[in-house]
Amino acid sequence: MSAVPLTSTAVEPTTVPSPSPRRGRTPRVGAEPSKAARLIILIAVGLVFLVPLGAMFEFTLRTSGKPGVYSFAHYASIFHTDPALGISYEPLFEGIRNSLLICLLTVAIILLILLPTMLLVELRYPRVRRVLEFVCILPITVPSIVLVVGFVPVYQRVAAVFGSQPWTLAFAVGIIVLPYAYRPIATNIAAFDLVTLTEAARSLGASWPVAIYRVILPNMRRGVISAVFLTVAVVLGEYTIAAFLSQNTFQTALLLISQTDSYVATIFALAALVFAFVILLIIGRFGAASPGSRRRRPRRVQP
Amino acid sequence: MTSTSPAPVLSRLGDGATVELIGVVKEYPGAGTRALDELSLSIAPGEFIALLGPSGCGKTTALRALAGLEQINAGSIRIDGVDVASTPVNKRDIGMVFQAYSLFPHMTVLQNVEFGLQMRRVSAADRAVRAREALEMVGLDHLAERYAHQMSGGQQQRVALARALVTRPRVLLLDEPLSALDAKVRVSLREEIRRIQTELGITTVFVTHDQEEALAVADRVAVMRAGEIEQIGTPEALYLTPRTPFVADFVGVSNRMQGTLRSGTITVRGASLPSIDPTLPDGEVLAYVRPEDMVFVPLDQAAPADITGTVASTSFLGSLRRTTVRLDDDTIVSVQHGVEQQFLFGDAVALRLTGRPVASSPVAA
Repeated sequence: MSAVPLTSTAVEPTTVPSPSPRRGRTPRVGAEPSKAARLIILIAVGLVFLVPLGAMFEFTLRTSGKPGVYSFAHYASIFHTDPALGISYEPLFEGIRNSLLICLLTVAIILLILLPTMLLVELRYPRVRRVLEFVCILPITVPSIVLVVGFVPVYQRVAAVFGSQPWTLAFAVGIIVLPYAYRPIATNIAAFDLVTLTEAARSLGASWPVAIYRVILPNMRRGVISAVFLTVAVVLGEYTIAAFLSQNTFQTALLLISQTDSYVATIFALAALVFAFVILLIIGRFGAASPGSRRRRPRRVQP
Repeated sequence: MTSTSPAPVLSRLGDGATVELIGVVKEYPGAGTRALDELSLSIAPGEFIALLGPSGCGKTTALRALAGLEQINAGSIRIDGVDVASTPVNKRDIGMVFQAYSLFPHMTVLQNVEFGLQMRRVSAADRAVRAREALEMVGLDHLAERYAHQMSGGQQQRVALARALVTRPRVLLLDEPLSALDAKVRVSLREEIRRIQTELGITTVFVTHDQEEALAVADRVAVMRAGEIEQIGTPEALYLTPRTPFVADFVGVSNRMQGTLRSGTITVRGASLPSIDPTLPDGEVLAYVRPEDMVFVPLDQAAPADITGTVASTSFLGSLRRTTVRLDDDTIVSVQHGVEQQFLFGDAVALRLTGRPVASSPVAA
């Protein structure tokens, strides 16, 4: 017996909307803005960001005591400090190293604790979803200074176990970033049928790890990448906890340097802002491109 | 490259498995009632069984328990005589099509169909051949490179069917796969499912709340209620001899008419109808009379046992017509008849019962 092709059954065609959405000139509510309007909005919003950045850049090029003279001298001085002046940028570099290490550990906390927890709750314990959401969103409602006051006695214990190491800040920062990491992952989970896809993969013979790795995570790329980049952005901008727990991070070092060399402090602040901007661009890029969705446009299909 | 292509493989799936559910109990914590209450069901190799019932009757739970997606509290589930109650879903060797669209959105149609074969470590060359063949079987091999969002719902469910069958599972489980589709696609796809199932001879369990769908495709239909099977039988048996009022009401359309049961015969307005249920005690009962078990008779030829009334409405249903009649005691009944017979609102009519056995239930005192 051979498999019979079902040629007699008509396959219903995928229909694409007719290409004449504009009949009159009356703008519809919620209609997509015209190309010119989009350009104007983009330029206006771009200026809001670029003017301060440009002003900062202009400031870093100024030469002390010589108005109107611009040079990259302050940039060069970062790497070629003059020992005679007694200025060292080492604390700043150390702060950057510490912040990057904390970034790494915080991202690990998000990927290895928060993400599996959210998947587990969604797949096995959906009843506690609200509780998890509340717990994850809670840190955003508590001012950093209040959190720090609570962290101080905790960190006395942490320091007793691990020593007073800058990387231990990752535990505290991991809590601060929860709302920022939770939201994009939760939005991503809500955007597709996680449970059915997992069950489909399992019914096809996939073990739990394979179902998660091969089916779930590829569909969560946008949420996970957004969560990771937002985490990095928050960690690099975090000042209060590091300052109050007396640790040297990028932000605390930046403040310290700004008291002795406002030009170099501005250079690093500018670099941090550009870095955050690039991160947001990457999020947008990754978020927009999913497999098979190049030039994706909504298609109306028959059920 | 070898010039000979592998022989078709899907057609070798002619040996379905025996499936047995024995005293299966499923309780959800805090639910108060059992989702499955000592459910027992035996399915022959290659048989197509439909689980039919209203929402919350336990039909989907039964299917998910069979798939391994729900852990049962008691009882046993056997496939080919082997208890699989504690076997995880990925080891049960089942194929499943879900109610919700379940194609992996990041994979093409071909990759979706190949997924189950990859899990079984089938070689890449063999995978491609078998996946193409499965897609050919559902008539969608030309869409192999598309993604789910580029296809209609009916096409997605066809691919899901091909994906479930390509691994040659022992049992095919269909969890309301047609309910999200529009009426026309639903009918064509259910016919495809039945044709493919017959072709492959695979044991199939099909869950639906649509009685027409169940009757149309299944070898046997199990009508479920409150976690138990109310009645199981061929579509014809269920329709013609429903053992309980629930089945009579749920499967097909029934007119409820008051009558008196005595010695296995129900007298409804002078007409005698055999009772299907011999265990029912004598007394006042509600008889469940099918619309086609009543015929119109000309008023001038009406016998004393015939029922009179006036036409309340009439609907043209293509190959037949259904007319609603308000009887003299204000009971509303529905009568199915040929399209050539036409009535107007308010027409006086006479009805005669054909005398086919009917289900009945005691009237509460």
